[in-house]
Amino acid sequence: MNTTTFRTDQEFFLDPQRCIGCHACEMACAECETNGQLPMIHVDYVDRFFTTQTSVQICMHCEDPVCAKACPADAITKDEFGIVHTANTARCIACSNCVNACPFGVPKKIEPMDLMMKCNMCYDRTSAGKKPMCATVCPSGALFYGTREEMGKRRPNSTPVNQFRFGKQSVKTKVNIMMPKGATELVVDEL
Amino acid sequence: MATVPVPVEEVISRFGPSLNFPPAEGYPGRDEPDEVVKTHCCFCGMQCGIKLLVKDNKIVGFEPWEEFPFNEGRLCPKGVQRYLQNNHTDRLLEPLERVEGKGFRPVAWDAALDRVVSEIHRIQARYGPDAFAMLSGVSLTNEKSYLAGKFARVALKTRNLDYNGRLCMVSAGAGNKKAFGLDRASNNFEDLAHAEVVMVCGSNVSETFPTLTHWIWQARDNGAKLIVVDPRLTPIARTADLHLPIRPGRDSALYGAILHQLIKHDWLDHDFIANHTTDFEKAKEAVVGYDLEWAEHTTGIPKEKILKAAQWWGPAKTSFLLHARGIEHHSKGVENVLACINLVLATGRIGKPYCGYATITGQGNGQGGREHGHKCDQLPGNRDIENPEHRKYISSVWGIEEKDLPGKGLTAYEIIEAINRGEIKGLLSICFNPLVSLPNNSIVREALEKLEFYTVIDFFLSETARHADIVLPGSLHEEEDGTVTTAEGRVVRIRKAVNPPGNARTDTSILLEIARRLGAEKYFRFGSSEEIFNELRVASKGGTADYNGITYKKIEDNMGVFWPCPTEDHPGTPRLWEDRKFKTADGKAHFHGVPYREPSEVTDAEFPVILTTGRVVSQYLSGSQTRRIGKLVQQYPEPLLEIHPKLAARLGIQERELVRIVTRRGAAEFPAQLVETIREDTVFVPYHWPGKKSINQLTSGHLDPISKIPEFKVCACRLEPLQRQAPPPGETKAHASA
Repeated sequence: MNTTTFRTDQEFFLDPQRCIGCHACEMACAECETNGQLPMIHVDYVDRFFTTQTSVQICMHCEDPVCAKACPADAITKDEFGIVHTANTARCIACSNCVNACPFGVPKKIEPMDLMMKCNMCYDRTSAGKKPMCATVCPSGALFYGTREEMGKRRPNSTPVNQFRFGKQSVKTKVNIMMPKGATELVVDEL
Repeated sequence: MATVPVPVEEVISRFGPSLNFPPAEGYPGRDEPDEVVKTHCCFCGMQCGIKLLVKDNKIVGFEPWEEFPFNEGRLCPKGVQRYLQNNHTDRLLEPLERVEGKGFRPVAWDAALDRVVSEIHRIQARYGPDAFAMLSGVSLTNEKSYLAGKFARVALKTRNLDYNGRLCMVSAGAGNKKAFGLDRASNNFEDLAHAEVVMVCGSNVSETFPTLTHWIWQARDNGAKLIVVDPRLTPIARTADLHLPIRPGRDSALYGAILHQLIKHDWLDHDFIANHTTDFEKAKEAVVGYDLEWAEHTTGIPKEKILKAAQWWGPAKTSFLLHARGIEHHSKGVENVLACINLVLATGRIGKPYCGYATITGQGNGQGGREHGHKCDQLPGNRDIENPEHRKYISSVWGIEEKDLPGKGLTAYEIIEAINRGEIKGLLSICFNPLVSLPNNSIVREALEKLEFYTVIDFFLSETARHADIVLPGSLHEEEDGTVTTAEGRVVRIRKAVNPPGNARTDTSILLEIARRLGAEKYFRFGSSEEIFNELRVASKGGTADYNGITYKKIEDNMGVFWPCPTEDHPGTPRLWEDRKFKTADGKAHFHGVPYREPSEVTDAEFPVILTTGRVVSQYLSGSQTRRIGKLVQQYPEPLLEIHPKLAARLGIQERELVRIVTRRGAAEFPAQLVETIREDTVFVPYHWPGKKSINQLTSGHLDPISKIPEFKVCACRLEPLQRQAPPPGETKAHASA
């Protein structure tokens, strides 16, 4: 029986261009007691020598998650809402296959715990009808969680895109990246 | 002789700053808090709404307050981590007295307060009432600001009271009063979202007011052009349609040159100028020679960019101009502000939907804190302490004779200078850390060491408090009820969530008890913060900052009320000047002639580089609070010298090489950070650190003649590479630096 109140009308939208590098998302993410004060979202300078541009990355929650496919221990699962969960602690063997397989560079092996951990879209909150902490606090709109209609009103000149191409590999995700209006696909790496 | 009683390292080992990290599994009780308290962040002037989770009289976490209209749950890293101040190991839990050679030892409240009062009596009997001064802070609520003003004048009977807003927005306040007769942002920030052009002048919005970024970018989403004036390519400037990388200290030249273009191309609102303003001709005359070539030469900005800014600003139908410390921290801060206001008035874009102007207040209660009478020249309601009518009214509210109300006193920096001259012998300070925050701060240390008696009310032992004779443990933001006024002019409720721990007391109760012991009890019979607020309402009635119609209930029912709000049935005023009745004597807005002049200190052969200062996103002001929160310190562990690679190459400076910066006030060493996001003639260092890491050892104490704000944002320096790499960022060393 489904006991969650996960709101399927709400989606995650990510706009790296809007990131101001403040790290509020990381700090808010780390407040989740299930993470042990470790952030599951990462913010970095692209190249501080040239620019103040920063880059923010959460798990994209792929429709067909390569991290789960590559996991020899079946520790990573995707649920009925499309959320790709962090490794099951009882099963994870810390082999780092998922770390190497993810095209977005998301999963991290936490060395002291010998465990892979990654964003699970704040499942403790989203399954209770709340929004992910990182998206709620983000002061600049680099992260947003809400309905497609709300996002459309906020960003009339942008389009959410969840189709990516890495060379010959196409990836569809639950999380959307905000792109200029009319875009349908983000080509990350043209091989 | 208030030197530090034992080596500073010993004081640090006991009182910090030490770093607070939450336990890995979080504080117990978050899942089932006793209470969820809707209040506001304790830091900048945005005063974002936040919900604090309370368990067993401890703040154990937070939840975003998504219904609060300004920030809708959004927070910056300081807001996310602010709850970690509560139950911090550095927290002062009992009164302390200094014992020479032994440090600070606990003392009973009665003994501590007796000592404070006897020293006040002794110093005032020997040297006169004004020889005992008071410095207060703008992190205080409106109620405490009001109380501090009344306490100093009625209980201490001194004219020498000032506040740390003197280091923040006083140039804006003075400029606003000259131009409009009233000192407040003209609009709520929702108007920003629909403006056709947004001009941000001297404000690193994304690091100093991160949640305001949303409203600026909302405007861009709606098609607005964004112009940012800043010597650095800050995160907000990075996304601007037009970035004007100005040479520090040349701001009024830029705004004068834009006004010149508005006049030249007739991008003027002649009806507004003729009917609702005065002195346009003076403003026009002052900029006659300010053509593009002159402007480029003076400001260092390519003339094409200046022209483009005028072309966008001039013909627009709606616009919003924002400015902050970048134009205000100058010896001509008021002139810079007036030059900006001239652009708003020339185009008549004020007092209409989506047309506005605002200074972005830096400190938590930077707005309210400059309205209720703890400035040296001011009485509640933004009244003038030298105006006989104003003095008479406030005296009647306070129940004293007008002759007993002290007159105008010295400003904050002047109080320090007066201590050094031996004219002021005693000092009481509350929530003010001048040893870090004042420029040329070696003179502050000298002053503290000359005081005959110094007492502090604070919740942590700040760098300045280490020099105190008596320390009285006060209260955190979440330990007292009250109100603050946001940068928008919205009065919001601060709700008490927990009691002060240990033997700490609320700031209010400490001031009331000292007043009682000074024999002024009958003037200070307040049973609650709300009673103080209700007296404040009466005291502000009829003043320009009129809070008379605002009640605690009204604030709670509406999630804030904008002043002026003269009567209880008045809804408040989110947008000023819609009636075109300005608060000047003639009811008109005033242009000012602003001829350009150089900053007080310019570069020369000996000091060839411009030094400017500012903030980083993870730290707040003097860092007394944020340098105690682990993750905020880890994010930016130490002050870095930002330098352009071309300037670095000319001087032979490598990445992370230690560089000695020398100014006419002294020298200090910082690791270099080579970035192309700063002007080639300018270096930048953030100012949140004390001791050897303090850039304010080097900044200039030149003051604006009107506002008396120091010129933090520009001085001349020399750079000397030390030919050795800085050690890895040592946050412990840096954050606790003596």
